[in-house]
Amino acid sequence: MTDEIAIEFAEVTKRYGTAVAVDNISFSIAKGEMVTFLGPSGCGKTTSLRLIAGLELPTTGVVRIAGRDVSQRAASERNVGMVFQSYALFPHMNVLENVAYGPVIRGEAKATARARAHEILEQIGLAGLSARLPSELSGGQQQRVAVARAIVQQPDVLLFDEPLSNVDAKLRRKVRGEIRDLQKRFGLTAVYVTHDQEEALAVSDRIVVMQAGRIAQIGSPRDLYERPASPFVADFIGDANLISGQVSGGRFRAADLDLPMQGNEGAAQISLRPERIALSPGSGSPSGKVLSCTYLGSRWEYEIETGFAELLASRPMTEPPIAPGTDVSLTIPDNAPIRVA
Amino acid sequence: MTTDALRATRAARERLVWLAGLALGVLVLPWHNSVPSGASPFIPSALGLAADGRGWLWPLVLVLPLLVWTGMRDAAGRVFLTLAVGGFVLLVAQGFAVGLRGPSIDWMAGVFPASMQGQTGFGWGGFVSGAALLGLIAHALALRGFCRGDRFAGSAIVFIVALLGLFVFFPILKLALAAFVGPDGELAFAPFLARLFAPEIWRLDCLTGGRRCGVVINSLVLGLLAATICTTLGLALALIVSRTSFRFKQTLRALSILPIITPPFVVGVAIIVLFGRTGLITVWGAELFDIRPTRWVYGLTGILMAQVLAFTPITFLVLLGTVEAVNPTLEEASQTLGAGPVKTFFKITWPLLRPGIAAAFLLAFIESLADFGNPIVLGGGYEVLSTRIFFAVVGARYDLGNAATLAMILLSLTLIAFWLQQRWLGKKSYVTVTGKSDAGLASTLPFGLRGVAWAAVIPFVLFTLGVYAVVLIGGFVHDIGRWDLTPTFAHLRTAFAFEIGAEGLEFYGSAWNSMQTTLLVSAIAAPLTTLVGIMTAWLVARQDFAGKNAFEFGTMLSFAIPGTVVGVSYVAAFNVPPVDITGTAAILVICFVFRNMPVGMRAGLAAFAQIDRSMEEASQTMGAGGAATLRRVVLPLVKPAVFTALVYSFVTAMTAVSAVIFLVSARHNMATAYIMGRVEAGEYALAITYSTVLMIVMIVCIVLIQLLVGARKLGRRREFQGQTTPAE
Repeated sequence: MTDEIAIEFAEVTKRYGTAVAVDNISFSIAKGEMVTFLGPSGCGKTTSLRLIAGLELPTTGVVRIAGRDVSQRAASERNVGMVFQSYALFPHMNVLENVAYGPVIRGEAKATARARAHEILEQIGLAGLSARLPSELSGGQQQRVAVARAIVQQPDVLLFDEPLSNVDAKLRRKVRGEIRDLQKRFGLTAVYVTHDQEEALAVSDRIVVMQAGRIAQIGSPRDLYERPASPFVADFIGDANLISGQVSGGRFRAADLDLPMQGNEGAAQISLRPERIALSPGSGSPSGKVLSCTYLGSRWEYEIETGFAELLASRPMTEPPIAPGTDVSLTIPDNAPIRVA
Repeated sequence: MTTDALRATRAARERLVWLAGLALGVLVLPWHNSVPSGASPFIPSALGLAADGRGWLWPLVLVLPLLVWTGMRDAAGRVFLTLAVGGFVLLVAQGFAVGLRGPSIDWMAGVFPASMQGQTGFGWGGFVSGAALLGLIAHALALRGFCRGDRFAGSAIVFIVALLGLFVFFPILKLALAAFVGPDGELAFAPFLARLFAPEIWRLDCLTGGRRCGVVINSLVLGLLAATICTTLGLALALIVSRTSFRFKQTLRALSILPIITPPFVVGVAIIVLFGRTGLITVWGAELFDIRPTRWVYGLTGILMAQVLAFTPITFLVLLGTVEAVNPTLEEASQTLGAGPVKTFFKITWPLLRPGIAAAFLLAFIESLADFGNPIVLGGGYEVLSTRIFFAVVGARYDLGNAATLAMILLSLTLIAFWLQQRWLGKKSYVTVTGKSDAGLASTLPFGLRGVAWAAVIPFVLFTLGVYAVVLIGGFVHDIGRWDLTPTFAHLRTAFAFEIGAEGLEFYGSAWNSMQTTLLVSAIAAPLTTLVGIMTAWLVARQDFAGKNAFEFGTMLSFAIPGTVVGVSYVAAFNVPPVDITGTAAILVICFVFRNMPVGMRAGLAAFAQIDRSMEEASQTMGAGGAATLRRVVLPLVKPAVFTALVYSFVTAMTAVSAVIFLVSARHNMATAYIMGRVEAGEYALAITYSTVLMIVMIVCIVLIQLLVGARKLGRRREFQGQTTPAE
């Protein structure tokens, strides 16, 4: 990874009539980096991706790819590769023709284009399927053809629009691993859109969390999980218990919850991950009462009623379950709570 | 080559082509279609004419170097766009500023004395320059981000808007103006009001007995009656086909295209042969039951019979769609809740059908109003708007002002019906079939209703069979009108005799001339119509641009304009400069293209709705512009729509009469106009023969088109099944 900037958004806004899809966002992506846009539906992540592709043009602001202002440039005049949610393979062309489409369109001789397509298909392990039509391929194979088609022209940036949403749940882990390997192997700059936070954590160098057309936070997967900057991010990435209270004298207090906390005095909100809350039957402080105990195979999940919030706690299978209705005392490590507001 | 360099060269090359076109149009090609009287330029181009004292052409000529200069510096800048728009405005303005007999603006004569001599219409120079300027406007707009920067889509929009403007809205505007023109050619309200409220338009005398009603009343009565009967019959047919164990469903569907390929007049003629004063059934009735033969069939009754025959298939198809769209589970739910079949039909099925019934009714009403062929053959003294408009333009008393007024009334009535139809369909469409598979079978029609439906349908079917029997036999027997059924090819020989002699193939038949024109015009018009229609559908379905809703509405609107109105509006608009093209074959082609384009558009829209949009986006991200994407990805996938559009536009061009009847000339006569002449002369057998030949030719052509378009589709059928669309 170098420090060279591959993509840059400068105060980009996209409006449809009065609706604002992307609201004045700025960021930059380094060359060779894999960045994910993550957020709930309607947050502007897909629009941002399409703004990079040129499938939408910004209402205001500047989009730069490889240092050039491409804001008013059509998709066909940018050098991007894109893998679509539906793969968008051309059903009337076979695999080789699909992959050779880009080079042919960009003016290469048919033989050269086919040779290039063949080479990529070989590298991706699809050489044997060249003559097949997309309809004769499995979902996973179609997905790989779509990737081959997108990288055959060595694009400045490779874009993925929720590429796993049509893949079998079981295959997803494997395919996302392949995508990540490929991106590293070819040294590609990639932008990936998903609403699945686990997927985002697994494949990204950095994640851009979006909310209502704006960027909520940018950071590495670990940053976002361990140091969310807002209640929204804390809640969106993984499960979080959001607890409101007061900070004074270096302590955060809410009912019988009392934790060390630095920073500004006054009203505050903290995020507490379910797996950081330990439970033991009996009374103590802070105390709670088990409302439900659910078996989830890999862990137990509890709903706990406390004086400050209804908490979600998750405990490993190795601990014995605690029956609903039992009073419990909670143990929370000092470094577990993250102040988010 | 890098993407950047490629982009720059492509854009520059396109700009160069448009600028070269403009240079050609302004400097070289003859600006007018004939050199205006009094002018003697060294070259008849805009430059030559400007140098010859026609100074109002100078600004236009000077736009060229300015465009070249700014184009080299900053084609994406505002100045370039302004210059291109300015050039186009200048071009249009100069066309209208000086007419055939002198300037239409007073101060022009003072500044440019030569303008007193007038100017003729645009020639190649004018049209090429106009096209080049439009191309440059689109180019500049696309460079500024219009249509997401896609220059091809941008040009397509600009050109289609310009063409619709010139060939749909400009004529209507001219026509509306013509309604206000007084006897001395001045614009005024008084003559318009006089024409609008003339008693022969509105009077209601027929209600009180005595004289005839006004022509608008006649049209409305005819339209309402025809729509009511057609809708009733269409509904009965649709219910029988989908809700009984009727076995010939596919046959009936196939037969419902018969009226589309039936040339106009032939149904009218067949009705006369059957029911006229010496008609077969009339004579038979006179002999058996001693009914005195009269001319009862001429007038409202006859027109109504012909229209019912022609438009019931249309209502049938609309209503069949509606009936089949009713989700059977709703009816099953009603029955499980305790309602019997009759109660279920009236409480559940009927309310769900109502919007479809309204739509079918309005469609039949619009068709009846626009119908020209049947009223002119069977009308007798019963005049309707379309025939009155025709006689006001073509008859002995040429009165464009009157024709224009009547046409505006007809247009208003149609547009109101069209608007109502859109409203009904837009707000109250209860399509209850979803993508999910519905269990359950459609409930069958209650017994009593089945009887009613059959009772309505059987006479209609017998009548249709009778009429088509006459059509099929009539051309090849001696005289069907007198029941002389001796087989003969005499009529065919009169129309289509030919001989292979010493000088090669020679055509003697009287119909060859019109047949050749018809085939040629239709063969040119059909692909153009398809192209414009599918392109428009693509723009509407796939592009986002300012004014898109207005664009879509405008194209649909052009479909609602009755043929008679189109015909008379073309007469009003294209008889005089700046665009005088009446009497050419081009105007026939243009008329067909813009009348039938909405059908191609609808077929295209339906097809695009089925195709995942991301395939086109994928093509774009791989470097294909709009044109390449359209050719390599879109067209192969919408082949069925292309076929539909081709066939429909070809067939309609072959059988159309209402608009072209105003536009045919001695040199370019069309089959339908020729047939009308034969009908007027009472040569029914000849008319029937020609119609039969036309129908055969059309069927052959449809098969040919199918082979041309469809052969490729069959080879790739599998792909359509495995279309890569998302599962959800």
